[in-house]
Amino acid sequence: MTIANLNIAWLLPEILILTMACVILVIDAYLPKQLRNLTYHLTQGTLLGAALLIIAANPMQPILAMNDMVIIDAMSVVLKLFIVLIVFFTFIYSREYLQDRKIFKGEYFVLGLFATLGMLIMVSAHNLLMVFLGLELLSLSLYAMIAMNRDSKVATEAAMKYFVLGALASGMLLYGMSMLYGITATLDLTKLSQSVSEISNDRIVISSVNQLISETEEVELAIKNVEKHVTTITNSPIATKIAEIIEANIETDAMVIIKPMLASSSQNYTILVFGLVFIVIGVAFKLGAVPFHSWIPDVYHGSPTSMTLFVASAPKIAAFAMVIRMLVDGMQTLHTDWQGMLILLSILSIIVGNIIAIAQQNIKRMLAYSTIAHVGYLLLGIIAANADGYAASMFYVVVYTIMTLGAFGMIILLSRTGFEADKIEDFKGLNERNPWYAMIMLIIMLSMAGVPPMVGFWAKWAVLAQVINAGFVWLAVLAVLFAVIGAFYYLRIVKLMYFDKPTSLVPIEAGVDMRFALSANALIVLLLGLMPNTLMAICLGAWGISV
Amino acid sequence: MPELSDFLILGAILFCISIAGIFLNRKNLIIILMCIELMLLSVNLNFIAFSYFNADIAGQVFVFFILTVAAAESAIGLAILIVLFRNKGSINVEDLNALKG
Repeated sequence: MTIANLNIAWLLPEILILTMACVILVIDAYLPKQLRNLTYHLTQGTLLGAALLIIAANPMQPILAMNDMVIIDAMSVVLKLFIVLIVFFTFIYSREYLQDRKIFKGEYFVLGLFATLGMLIMVSAHNLLMVFLGLELLSLSLYAMIAMNRDSKVATEAAMKYFVLGALASGMLLYGMSMLYGITATLDLTKLSQSVSEISNDRIVISSVNQLISETEEVELAIKNVEKHVTTITNSPIATKIAEIIEANIETDAMVIIKPMLASSSQNYTILVFGLVFIVIGVAFKLGAVPFHSWIPDVYHGSPTSMTLFVASAPKIAAFAMVIRMLVDGMQTLHTDWQGMLILLSILSIIVGNIIAIAQQNIKRMLAYSTIAHVGYLLLGIIAANADGYAASMFYVVVYTIMTLGAFGMIILLSRTGFEADKIEDFKGLNERNPWYAMIMLIIMLSMAGVPPMVGFWAKWAVLAQVINAGFVWLAVLAVLFAVIGAFYYLRIVKLMYFDKPTSLVPIEAGVDMRFALSANALIVLLLGLMPNTLMAICLGAWGISV
Repeated sequence: MPELSDFLILGAILFCISIAGIFLNRKNLIIILMCIELMLLSVNLNFIAFSYFNADIAGQVFVFFILTVAAAESAIGLAILIVLFRNKGSINVEDLNALKG
């Protein structure tokens, strides 16, 4: 444990955000109300500064910092950059909305910065402890943020539901972590992954040794066979142990020692998978995969739209990173076990999300169920369990957050003081009211539905291609089938915007920054759709695949 | 001398009680907060037992972090509870029905 191992310079983005969050908190406390905009500008400056630092600290090789507690690799740099930029856009969209509703307070931005810090830690975590702390920093900030609108009944109810289910998820995750720790006696993800692969090798050795022993009745011959077998195996601790025991003892004694050892060691693998189940449940809660999705519609619906926007966008990237850190960095060798669990989660999410979304009249609830469906598609790439699949999932999650940003941005745009544009009817005749905004919504809805030239199509195409490569053709067929069903509710919005008469002709007002950011958002979706290869190359590069 | 499995069984029982408490309780939100606390403590028990029997100190360090986070979590939980009570005049779980998730 030396100072040299700290590598503090690589963590400058996190350090900047942490310091500035504390500074802004103090400044905001002494700021008169009319200068509150200063808090906003400081926050945005911090995020831009962090983005620059993240780009500057782009390592060629994965770097371990803080005595192996965090890792800075190609994937973490890309995801961190997107998280920071997406939070930046979230704050631009939120400002006027918060001002109109008299909840334009410094706490929103400070909590936002702390949540961002939590997400960055999750993305960079290289230790179970860091995964947990990053997750809690994110979740605790979000609970408080949702409850910030203190006089709203629905917002506080949403906060309470999110809090209870979020805490339950953290508890599940921790229980799983405690099991992993118990079996492997380490919290470090690299060591965990080594131990896990040793234990799964042991499992194969144990079953083959057991078979050899049961096949031959004669003890001496059995032991000889076992000895011949275990000396050929290199990467399993139990094989070496057996070989040593046989060498040190005469045959009958060796058998007496080996048999109980086999029995007790075979439990390790079972306990490992037991822990894995809890970890997958915890992760599924955070992602919002069915059957652990029940908080998503309520939280999306109940929270003020700016908070919904925050919860719906960047944390999804962090949750994806958490899946990668835990399941891939930590337990890649167990992929046959978690593949099955993820397939189940993915199928259920795609089916339930797409079907229930059709019945929704509230657009925030509709987008909540669409999120659930998108999480199902996102998991498809991870199910493929190879670097190409993870890159496809990464592409999906980044694209998805950009699209969600635009969709909730539009809801915020149409809302005004005393009016929430959260009904689907509120989009009626948008084309007559303002063709440009209708165009923006059109691009985002088509992209979410996965209509070909749009980037949403390429994202779906990427994960489906990977899942087919991995041999799950039936899964891909099912996913496409439900994507078609899902397209219905996105296209319904398009139909309302272009073919129905508007119910109100109140002009849509927004600040320059909001209009500019929203247009940029839609154009990014459009451009990424026309040139998906640039982003795809970045995602593949994050997994060390050159194009 | 109690064995590792004894601690794990106790941990598992406490964990199950807390989960059952969260799902079966229909009356009082404070009981849910207590159950969440119990859940984290049962995990702590697991970590300490594993840490002792594996002779590895990291598990005990983890416990300190869990305790700290649990304290922060109940602070936020109770704060939300108070806001909820001011808005609804009740902390009955069945009254949380404005949103139908």
